[in-house]
Amino acid sequence: MTAHVRFRVNGESHEVDVPEQRLLIDTIRYEVGLTGTKLGCGVGVCGACTVLLDGKMVSTCIMLTAHAEGADILTIEGLAKDGELAPIQKGFLKYGGFQCGICTPGQILAAHALLEYNPHPTEDEIKDWMMGNLCRCTGYYKIIESIEKTAAGEV
Amino acid sequence: MIPFDLRFPTTVQEALELLDQYGEEARPMAGGTALVLLMQQRLVTPQVVVSLSRVDGLSSISANGSLRIGALVNHRVVEESPEVKAGWPLLAETYHRVATVRIRNVATVGGGLAHADPNQDPPATLIALNATVTAASSGGKREMPIEDLFKGYYETCLTPDELITELTVPRPVRPLKTAYIKFLPRTADDYATVAVAVALDVADGRCVDARIALNAAGSTPIRARDAENVLRGQPLSDEVFRAAAATVPAIVDPVSDHRGSANYKSRMAEVFVRRALEKATA
Ligand SMILES: Cc1cc2nc3c(=O)[nH]c(=O)nc-3n(C[C@H](O)[C@H](O)[C@H](O)COP(=O)(O)OP(=O)(O)OC[C@H]3O[C@@H](n4cnc5c(N)ncnc54)[C@H](O)[C@@H]3O)c2cc1C
Repeated sequence: MTAHVRFRVNGESHEVDVPEQRLLIDTIRYEVGLTGTKLGCGVGVCGACTVLLDGKMVSTCIMLTAHAEGADILTIEGLAKDGELAPIQKGFLKYGGFQCGICTPGQILAAHALLEYNPHPTEDEIKDWMMGNLCRCTGYYKIIESIEKTAAGEV
Repeated sequence: MIPFDLRFPTTVQEALELLDQYGEEARPMAGGTALVLLMQQRLVTPQVVVSLSRVDGLSSISANGSLRIGALVNHRVVEESPEVKAGWPLLAETYHRVATVRIRNVATVGGGLAHADPNQDPPATLIALNATVTAASSGGKREMPIEDLFKGYYETCLTPDELITELTVPRPVRPLKTAYIKFLPRTADDYATVAVAVALDVADGRCVDARIALNAAGSTPIRARDAENVLRGQPLSDEVFRAAAATVPAIVDPVSDHRGSANYKSRMAEVFVRRALEKATA
């Protein structure tokens, strides 16, 4: 049984026909062709597969594609505008908010969602929000600093 | 995942009819945060998945008198709701303690309760706040105290054709003294080693009523009635708190796992009941 699903990804409309059990991460990677969304743990814990669905972060590894019907999806590829990186991307670059990079798309989308929700978070608020995005290189201090500096406009 | 037939009813009635029609072969899916994993592991293999994602009428919160939360309201909405924060601050705090923002954006109140993993956070608080849950089937509705919902690990008293439609939390006569403590020796987003919710009704320095419940301390959330009885009618004091907490190891039945041995968890259950009482009355 095939699900016919319509949604927008980074502002562009898509219609896909996928098996009903197809997870959103696989649809984004293999139907839409955007591979910045990473599969990490596959059980909703690590945050590598984070996208923003109607502005809210979700784990695409535990969501059916059909549950994204009608949604506006933002993936890491959609954050830069007209070739210009978003402030949070600049912040991660400038302050070394990544090491190996596998968790980075999820980290950046989570941080972006945080700053949209709370433009001037405290360190505790950053930690509370970001605790669902794991970095196995354990570069957490640099990630927190990247967010703080971005919030302070120092990018 | 084993393929299934995915249905999208748009009303509660339609959803209930589908569940009635397919019985044991069907499974409702709300946010899917628990069910997708169970299906991937083939612990649950429904032939028909009844998605509730397009069902109308179960997604609102109202607080005229009692607090009523529709089953499809997600955790994040509960924790952020101004009404919940104002009237039932412990509930907002407890939903905030579930997993991470990303999961809470999707996980629903009804799905969380029906999942019935005894390590989950909301049940103890809901027991402490004397909540009830409403379940509907095509045959009608029933309302039950939240503690009656849970029967065992991942097991509720719901029949396959029933849906949780609403959660109701009474408005306390006066603000209660409350606390929810989650013992997290590993990571902040982990399930608790043990967790305790307390709600005390206090007047003139005396405990008029007490409700205490624990998560992660047995195969269901556990209400600590003996501890409540020790507190009721007593002045608040460290001595009374210790005496109440001392009754707890006898009523918990935790399992040994990577979060601690059963013996350790029983001891911690006592310690955390005492700390929760101290925190609630600090
Ligand atoms: C990474 C991760 C971390 C987590 N950490 C925590 C935590 O720290 N604390 C905590 O409390 N929980 C935690 N959870 C569990 C989480 O609370 C549940 O996954 C969630 O609440 C389930 O809600 P859902 O809407 O996604 O339900 P679903 O996954 O859709 O459904 C769950 C179960 O409920 C049934 N169901 C759904 N809706 C209804 C309904 N209205 N009526 C009857 N049956 C229904 C389904 O058939 C299924 O059996 C975690 C989950 C994940 C994935």
